[in-house]
Amino acid sequence: MELKINLDDIYAPSEDVVARDIQGEFILVPVTSGIGDLEDEIFSLNETGRVIWEKMDGKKTLRAIAKELAYVYAASQKEIEEDILGITKELFNRKMIVEAKPKK
Amino acid sequence: MGKQFYVQTKNIRESRFIHKKLLISRLDIELAERCNNNCIHCYINLPADDLLAKEKELSTAEIKNILKEAVSLGCLVVRFTGGEPLLRKDFEEVYIFARRCGLKVMLFTNATLITPHLAELFCHIPPLEKIEVTLYGMKKDSYEAATRVSGSFEAAQRGINLLLEKKIPFVVKGALLPSNKEEIDEFEAWAKIIPWMGKPPAYAMFFDLRCRRDVRKNELIKKVRLSADEGLKILTRNKSRYIKEMKIFCAKFIRPPKDKIFSCGAGCGGGCVDAYGKFQLCMMLRHPDTVYNLRCGSLKDALENFFPKIRKIKATNREYLSRCANCFLKGLCEQCPAKSWEEHGTLDTPVEYFCEIAHTQARFLGLIEKDEKAWEVNNWKKRISDFVKRDVIN
Repeated sequence: MELKINLDDIYAPSEDVVARDIQGEFILVPVTSGIGDLEDEIFSLNETGRVIWEKMDGKKTLRAIAKELAYVYAASQKEIEEDILGITKELFNRKMIVEAKPKK
Repeated sequence: MGKQFYVQTKNIRESRFIHKKLLISRLDIELAERCNNNCIHCYINLPADDLLAKEKELSTAEIKNILKEAVSLGCLVVRFTGGEPLLRKDFEEVYIFARRCGLKVMLFTNATLITPHLAELFCHIPPLEKIEVTLYGMKKDSYEAATRVSGSFEAAQRGINLLLEKKIPFVVKGALLPSNKEEIDEFEAWAKIIPWMGKPPAYAMFFDLRCRRDVRKNELIKKVRLSADEGLKILTRNKSRYIKEMKIFCAKFIRPPKDKIFSCGAGCGGGCVDAYGKFQLCMMLRHPDTVYNLRCGSLKDALENFFPKIRKIKATNREYLSRCANCFLKGLCEQCPAKSWEEHGTLDTPVEYFCEIAHTQARFLGLIEKDEKAWEVNNWKKRISDFVKRDVIN
């Protein structure tokens, strides 16, 4: 069943993934099985993905993250929210992030 | 910001980072020099119950500190080898630690100590690199003639079956010995059932002597080494493939090394930590002047300062300078400081065994004439170019 992502949700990096910065390359190394499809798969986040990932601290809502980013980037709040919903869905489906607060 | 993909899903192997000139992209750690097998041909297998060796081994905390530093320097892959790495009681702890640091783990093992519990662990926390299992024979007799341990064949079978059952990616490798060299076809046919093989198994056949220079054991190894002609026969089983590969290899890699003794990549972007914390440029080179004690230093210092100094060492041995330095088969020949150390206790003494192997192959490929010595050949560039262009080898 596909998760409905809401801007009021809170997410945090999964403990089953290690985020590493190797000379500017931001990668996610799965620790447990079921995250990558192949035995030697690791993942890379692009610049947008990285910025959002680093703000997912298990405390801020996605909306709050969008607001913070709107101060930094020359993009509309709506555009930023779309980006955040996109990456959250992608990361959640890959089990790289977890919901920090269960939905009511 | 804008519409784009966020997570790149294709495989990113460590090679992607090499161009970034990482101080270390891969680290080898020999968790133990001890092994539960007693293979006749092995360069590094102290008895499993060697208490003296065990006492000297790196502690769990020391290994974790080395891993932590490697990660801080950008290392992405650690290879656990030995001896038999699974002999260590703390293997599971060290393995999980490495994976939780964000390292991919490559494991070299004989598979005899893979338990259902360990297989479950590899299933739950995958190494992210294929496990490499060395097999010493297809039958109990041939296998145990090599390992000299009763029951080791069944134990290896059990371990391999556990990996298969749990679908843990692994590949097998062989060691060609008098006891098993007639089993190659059987071995290769069997290896095809392993879903992760991709290509035929690799073989060790031109064995290294003992890395700690053990004269008695060296005599045993010399007895089971294939001769240059026997080796050529194995290498040319698929003649057209061998020639095709050698054309590419020779065009790219063979040339006289002059007085430079390190023409490989040893100590560049990695190295090997022995069981006692000595950091080596490669798995084989243990000449005391070329190893760095991590118990009183750091990976960073070794990689930035110590290894580059060692790599600058030039040959001074007169025989080496008159032969190897001018020999265009360097590359095809396995002569290197590590082999010289194992055979002669020096860094730059020609090793006759590897010289003979290289000359035998070069004669087969038409690079040199019968009785010709490659270091006496002046027009070697033309010979390589003619070989690369030639359609058929007579």
